[in-house]
This record gives sequence, C-alpha cells and structure tokens, in this order.
Amino acid sequence: MESSLATPPPPQAPPPERKAPTRAVEGSATWSLLDRLGLAFCWALGLLFCAIAVGIVVYLFLQGVKFLKLSELTTPAASGFSETESGGFSDALFGTLIVGTMGIALALPAGVAIAVWLVEYGRPAPLARVTELTIEAIAGIPSIVLALFGTVIFSSTALGFLSRSNEGVVFGRSFFAAAAMLALVALPLIVASTRQGLESIPRHVREASFAVGKTKAATTRRILLPTARPQVATGMILGLGRIIGDTAIIVVLLGATQNFAPVEGAPFPLDYLRGAGTTLTNFVYEASPTGNLNQPQKAYAAAFVLLLMVLGLNAAADLVHRRARKAGTWSH
Amino acid sequence: MEPLTAPPPIRRLDPQDPTPAAEAPATATSFVAARRSIAAPQFSIRRMEVDDVSVHYGAKEAVKRVSLPIRQGEVLALIGPSGCGKTTLLRSLNRLTELTAAAKLTGSIRLDDVDIRLIEPTLLRRRVTMVFQQPNPFPMSVFDNIAYVLREQGSRRTKKKVLAPQVHSALQRAGLFEEVKDNLDHPALKLSGGQQQRLCIARALAAEPEVLLLDEPCSALDPQSTAVIEDLIVKLRDDVAVVIVTHNLQQAYRIADHVAFMYLGDLVEYNSATRLFNTPAQARTREYVSGAFG
Amino acid sequence: MEEELQPEYGPKWSDQRVERMLGALVVFVVGLLLAMIAVVFVRAWPSFAHNGLAWFGPGGDVDNQLQEISLSGQNGLNYVWTFHAWPLIWSTILITGGAVICGLVTALFISVFIVEFAPTWMANILQPVVRFLASVPSVIYGLLGVLILVPFIGNHLITQGEKASVAGVISLTGYSLMAAVIVLTIMIAPLMVSIFSDGLRSVKPGWVEGSLALGVNRWRTTWKIAVRAARPAIIAGTVLAVARAIGESVMLAMISGSTGWAPNPADGLIFVYEPSRPLAPTIVKNVDQLSSPPANATLFAIAAVLLFSAAFCSFAGWMARRAMRKYGAA
Ligand SMILES: Nc1ncnc2c1ncn2[C@@H]1O[C@H](COP(=O)(O)OP(=O)(O)OP(=O)(O)O)[C@@H](O)[C@H]1O
Ligand SMILES: [Mg+2]
Repeated sequence: MESSLATPPPPQAPPPERKAPTRAVEGSATWSLLDRLGLAFCWALGLLFCAIAVGIVVYLFLQGVKFLKLSELTTPAASGFSETESGGFSDALFGTLIVGTMGIALALPAGVAIAVWLVEYGRPAPLARVTELTIEAIAGIPSIVLALFGTVIFSSTALGFLSRSNEGVVFGRSFFAAAAMLALVALPLIVASTRQGLESIPRHVREASFAVGKTKAATTRRILLPTARPQVATGMILGLGRIIGDTAIIVVLLGATQNFAPVEGAPFPLDYLRGAGTTLTNFVYEASPTGNLNQPQKAYAAAFVLLLMVLGLNAAADLVHRRARKAGTWSH
Repeated sequence: MEPLTAPPPIRRLDPQDPTPAAEAPATATSFVAARRSIAAPQFSIRRMEVDDVSVHYGAKEAVKRVSLPIRQGEVLALIGPSGCGKTTLLRSLNRLTELTAAAKLTGSIRLDDVDIRLIEPTLLRRRVTMVFQQPNPFPMSVFDNIAYVLREQGSRRTKKKVLAPQVHSALQRAGLFEEVKDNLDHPALKLSGGQQQRLCIARALAAEPEVLLLDEPCSALDPQSTAVIEDLIVKLRDDVAVVIVTHNLQQAYRIADHVAFMYLGDLVEYNSATRLFNTPAQARTREYVSGAFG
Repeated sequence: MEEELQPEYGPKWSDQRVERMLGALVVFVVGLLLAMIAVVFVRAWPSFAHNGLAWFGPGGDVDNQLQEISLSGQNGLNYVWTFHAWPLIWSTILITGGAVICGLVTALFISVFIVEFAPTWMANILQPVVRFLASVPSVIYGLLGVLILVPFIGNHLITQGEKASVAGVISLTGYSLMAAVIVLTIMIAPLMVSIFSDGLRSVKPGWVEGSLALGVNRWRTTWKIAVRAARPAIIAGTVLAVARAIGESVMLAMISGSTGWAPNPADGLIFVYEPSRPLAPTIVKNVDQLSSPPANATLFAIAAVLLFSAAFCSFAGWMARRAMRKYGAA
C-alpha cells in the first residue's frame, strides 16, 4: 500500500488492444434466477399468443377452403336434413352488411357530434362530466342488456313502424331495432377515437381560424374534423368491427330466423328493414353444434367469411394509422 | 479479460497529475467570492478516466473528444453554458446514454482501469450512481424511495424495521431527515422541489456508490439546504469520487477541487478550481468566469 | 339576435344553434342511458319482489324453475315466480374470476414484454397479433371452442374414471368451466394488453432512468417502477375486462355447458371439468321466453344484476384509482 505511494507505478505499456472491446450489454445474465424465469415466461406467453392467432387464422382458412362453396354465398338458407340440402347463407351475409351499414350510419354522426361537443363546447361542465361517464358506462354495459332494453323500446306501439306489427301487437324485432342498439355498442369507440383526434390538434390551429373570423362551428367543420379524419376513420372501423362481430343483440333483436322476413305491403327497402333477418354471427351461432341447425361445416364456412371481414377491417385500420403517421397527423 | 471486481483498496496520489489540487491560493485574486474554508484534499486516487470521448445525437455532436480524470478524494465540477453537453458527458459515465437510441459514444471511459463497456451496466450503475437535473423521486412514500434501493441491492424481502437505520442515515446525510422524520410514509411527490432533490441524493447515497454523479443538485434549493449539500459533498469526497454539474460558479469555486469548463461540447479548460477561476489559461474561460461575475 | 351579429353565416350554422343541437343530442344519449337503467330495474322488480333475497340464494334446480316460470306465463293463470339464481351467479363468479385472474397475469407479462423487453421484430409481430385477437368476434371463439377445445377436454383430459365418479349426478362431456375460462381468457387478455401497454408507455421516463441509474436491473425496474406507476391503467384495463367477461353471453352459451349447475370446489380438482351456465348466457338461451311476463321479469332481473355488477366494478376501479392518486401515480 505504502509502496505505491512512494514509487510511481511503472509506465503502462501501450495497450495492445486498440480494437473496440466487445460490449457487455445489459443481458439477463446477471439477473437473479427468478427474474430470468420471468423473462422466459414473457417469451413463452408472447409465442403462445402468436401461435393462437396463427392457429385461428390457419385453421379457419383450411376449414373455409374445404367447406366454403361459392354457391353458399348466393343462396339463402333452406330447411333440409343434411348440410347439402340446407342451402347457403347469403341472407346472413347481406344481413351483416345491412346491419353494419345502418349501425355505422347511426353511430358515426352521433359519435362525432358527441366528441365535438365534449372537446369544443363542453358547457356546462357538470353535463360534460355526466356525458363522459355515460359514454364510459355504455362501453361497459353488456350487449345482452342493451338487447333486452331494445326489446322494450321497439315493441312500444309508438315505434311500431320500425318493425312488424300485427293487430296492435308490435313484434319489436327488425333490422332497425338491431342496428339502433348496435350503434350504441359502436358509439363509445367512435367518441373515444374522435376525441383523441380533436384533442391532439394544438390550440393555435383553432385560434388562427377564429382570428380570421370563422365561427366555432365552421372551424370545426372545415378545419378540425378534416384534421382528425384518421382518428374518426379508426373509430369507425373499430366500431364496425364490434357491430359485425356482435351476436347477442342480433339473436335477441333480429328475430330467430335464418332468412329475410320482409314485411308485406311496405315499399322496397323498408319491407326488408322492418322485417326480421339474420347475420353471419347469428348463423355461426345457430349452425354450431350447440345451436338449432347444427351444421358445423357451414358454420366453419360462415366463420371463415366473417374472419375475412375482420381481417379486412384490421388491415384498413392499420392502413389509416400508417398513412396518418406518414402525413404527421397522428401524434404517436 | 480483466476481472470485474472492485478495485484494490489502495490509496495513492496520482503522480501523473499535472495539476495538483492542493496548492497555495493564488495571490492575485480577481475572484471575489469567498472560498469555503475547506481543507485541501488529503489524497487523490484516479478512479475514472474519460479518454477522447465524443457523443453524437444523430448528426449532432454533443460532446467533442473530451478527456479528463475523475478522482476519489476530490470534487470535480463541470461548468459551462446551457446545452454545452455537461449532462450528456455525465450520463455517459454510467452508460445511461445507451438508453437514448439516437446517442452514439466513441472513445473510452475506464473505471479503475476497466473499460466501462466491459462492465455489465447494472453493476456499473451500482458503482456509479447519478442524481438527475430534474428531481425524480419514485411515486412511493419517502421511506420506500430509499428502501427500494436497499432492497434491490440486498435481500428483496427485508422488513421495514431492519432497513430503518440505513434509511435514516441516508436521509440524515442528505440533510432531509429532520424535515421528514415524522412522516416517512408521506408520498415523496408531495415534497417540495428542494426536498425531492435531497431525497434523490439520499437515494443515490443509499446505494453506496464509488462514484457519485450530481447534475445540478442545488438548482432548486434554498441557500441553507445548498449549504447542507455542499458540506455533504465535501465530506463525501474522501469515500466517493464526486462529479458535480453546476451553473453556480461560486458553488463550483466553493466546493470543487478541479473544474472542467465546457463550451459547445468542447472541453475548453480543465484545471484546479483556484487556477481556473483566478488565472484561467484560456480566453474563453476568462470571459465566461468574469462575465458571469462581473 | 345572434343572427344579426353574424349575418355572413346565416342562422343555420350559428355557433349558438350548433351548440344547442349538439347539446340536445348529448342530453338525449344521457337520457337514453338513464331510461335504460330505469326500464331494466322496473321490469326486473316483480321477480326480485316475489323472491326477496332468496333470488340470489341456492335452492332447487334453476333450469326447472325457469321452465315453470315461462310455462306459467304462457298459460296465463297463476304466475310462478320462484327463482333461485345461485348456480348461475356462482358460475359467473367462477368463470369471470378465473378468466380475469389468468388474463391479468398474461396481459401484464405480455404488455411488459411488448413495451420493454421484446426485440423490435417481436414487438412488431405481437402488437398486430394482440389487436387481431381482440377483434375476433366472440362467436368465432365459441365455435372453435365447441369444435376443438371442448372435444379435446372431453376426450383427452377427463378420464373415464372421473366421468364415472359423478355419473349419476352430472355428465362430464368437455363443456366445462375449464373450457370457458380458457377461451374467455384469450378473449379478454388482448383488451387488457392494449390498455396496459398504453399505460406502461406513458410512465415518466425519469422514473425508469432514475431507477436504472441506481443500478437496478431492467426487469426489476420495470416491475417495481413502471408497472407500479402504470397501476391506474392496469386497474382501468382490468375493470373493462371484468365488465366484458361478466357480459359475455354468446361464447359462454356455446361452451360453458348450459346447465344450471353450480360447480363445487369441494369435489376436488374435477370441478373444473363440470359444466355450468353463467347469468348472461342464461338470457340468450331463454330469449324465446321473453313473451311470457314472469319469464320476462326474471330475465330482466338477471340483466339488472349484470348491469349492477358492471356499474359496481367501474365504481370500484374509480375508487382504487382515486386512492392511488395519493402517491402521484395517477
Ligand atoms: N436525447 C437527446 N436527443 C438529441 N439531442 C440531445 C438529447 N439530449 C441532449 N441533446 C443535445 O445535446 C446537447 C447537450 O445537451 P446537454 O443536456 O448535455 O446540455 P447541458 O450542458 O446539460 O445543458 P443544461 O445546462 O441546460 O442542462 C444539446 O444541444 C441538446 O440539444
Ligand atoms: Mg443538463
């Protein structure tokens, strides 16, 4: 010890290695066993999730290729004893499209309007808070409860014109009823997404618009909503996914049938919309071994078509997100 | 390869040092601030060696080919105008720059003659701890903030009672104990800014580091707490190599033994505190030091 | 008056008018929710009133009770009201609880993995995977459960001996608590992952850096600092998942076994193979009975319980987040 105080250490030989030393990055090597097990568990779960997703897609794809016939997409269901005799599920396919269109047609304007009110107006403050709570609550309400509520509303005589009514007794099950309740399912998603979009627009954009004498309404319509379009679109896509994926409301509010049941005497589109019908989800439910039809092959085929729609929506959402990020209108 | 163990407990003066810290005060004093009457360092050991270090953030070079020694037994102060790369240099000393994806470091830094890139970051950061410019106490109680460090370094399940003495002494050393001793369960984020900063210092001390990096620890403190921290730093210098970034030149003069002046990423001058402030070798240093005071 | 102040925009789109229109819509939606709560509870009232607290208790075969209730409504004579929902409630508790616990653990690890530890390529795969799993319709999960998982459990996991041991009481076919919990976990975990990882990403970087700078490794830092700071998001995600699990009806109607049976943990581990039926699927399975007044009231009573539970867990989550604000983690 003392010696080193007295004698200077020998001049160091020029370091032989001049190449960059290999780095000790933080790996898990120094972690305790438990930590390393945890990380391994992370990997295992991550791979399991990937496997499940790939499994679902591949399995349904294989079953779809095996069982889906093009004729099934164009022929309605028929009563028959075997899978070959019972027709296809074209009514279900159209039903899904109708319900999706109508649900979004209701939910999109309402959702955007509510989001605009929340972000741009929001007065009086207590009402704004109550509205936020309401939207959150609607998001948390089981869709089966919404469906039951729908049966009460739409079988009231005042709303008889929206479904089949017979000697004053309103059936209460129709595309109108189902779409209205499904719109409530999509509403919170659209509100949340639109809100996020509006809130990420900096203040000075609004101020610049007010400064040239535009009203708040005009600013919102001409500047804010166009800027928030990607988020509105994302909300719409998410909402659409929920609408076409919902089964409970369809089972309760669209009637227990596998075919369109148009109301006689009504003008063209209304007769179908006022009548009962079915969707792909309902068809899969009924065609599964636990349902009334029990035609697993057709259930697979319909599920495959449904899955394709979901994948398409996911891809669309991804596209919107990516484009907006490229254009710089998405904050993250 | 070189062992990753703690350095041998040898305390030797650095014979290569061209600028010994202990020296007679300069006679021609242009500097008006009173130097704190601290004794000259008893010894100094070279613990860290910054050798030709540059740090790039993308295309921007935040630190340009800086070389300096860091010694136990004395306090090193980094001064310089805002944005000159002090924080960046400090962060590269315990490899925190690696957390910034854009940052790229060249050159080498050695701790006890071992390149820090060879030391596993976690182990390195236990030996070289840092207190940040912005106080960042964890969202827990005051007690847990310090107990967290102790628990993570020792047994994770240690009881509160067992840890209490260590926690108290860390708080005491940072001059915070008297203020918080009655409510150690108080949320740390509800402390004042200065108290939070002292809590962060206490936390760093609880880790028992070999090198302590302080990034403007006193910027949010009142003069009295500042004095407590300064005393602490001076007391610590025998056990820990201390590097402190400060914008307060008087503070640098009061507590530092060596001062490094940086400007736009360059290390303009590295010198003993008395020399740097009283007879700066570089014109830039003189401008900065006198401009700030005069 | 306003019109005169801003003549160039006309009365149609004046700010005041737009605000009033939007306000009316908002009030309508709020009113709709209140109306729904009121309607559900009013409709449910007769069932609760006739049974009292026994509604929630055990007693008798719940499936028979439901059948008698709806029959009595169709005959239009004397309504039968007796309904003891315990097996359904117990099944809801078991399935929701099991799925939420499994989902919470899974989602925590996966979101920590995505945000902190996964290499970029892995994170780039996992994120779309999670989004996809969250968007698969429940009926598809149900179908795959019925056609793959249920037969697998029935044929390979449950031994003949186990089937024989309960043969007289209930038949074990694979439609089981276990199948329900597994599929429900896969359904709700992705939901939680997306909320958890948002929370983890928005943890102040200063806290994580501060911990790393003290020589705590990344794993411990993540769990002790980041996950801790993200607890409000974790609670929010869990609450949402609980609500979703309680309300899941179709998938569970397909694979839970659809028997008003209360799996008994006292039977030993075999109870995870027992069938049951939670509250929500009970409504789906008995939709046809809505036209029978007492059955209608009974089903609305079930809906009221679902509604109350969903509201209650939202409230509990809100309280928990409020309590957490004390340490500034909110
Ligand atoms: N994460 C980062 N990404 C890109 N550039 C950065 C980053 N952090 C710092 N810089 C740049 O590096 C330069 C040095 O920054 P640094 O924080 O080291 O300055 P400083 O000397 O600590 O300043 P101050 O006294 O204000 O704290 C600055 O010009 C800054 O813009
Ligand atoms: Mg700085």
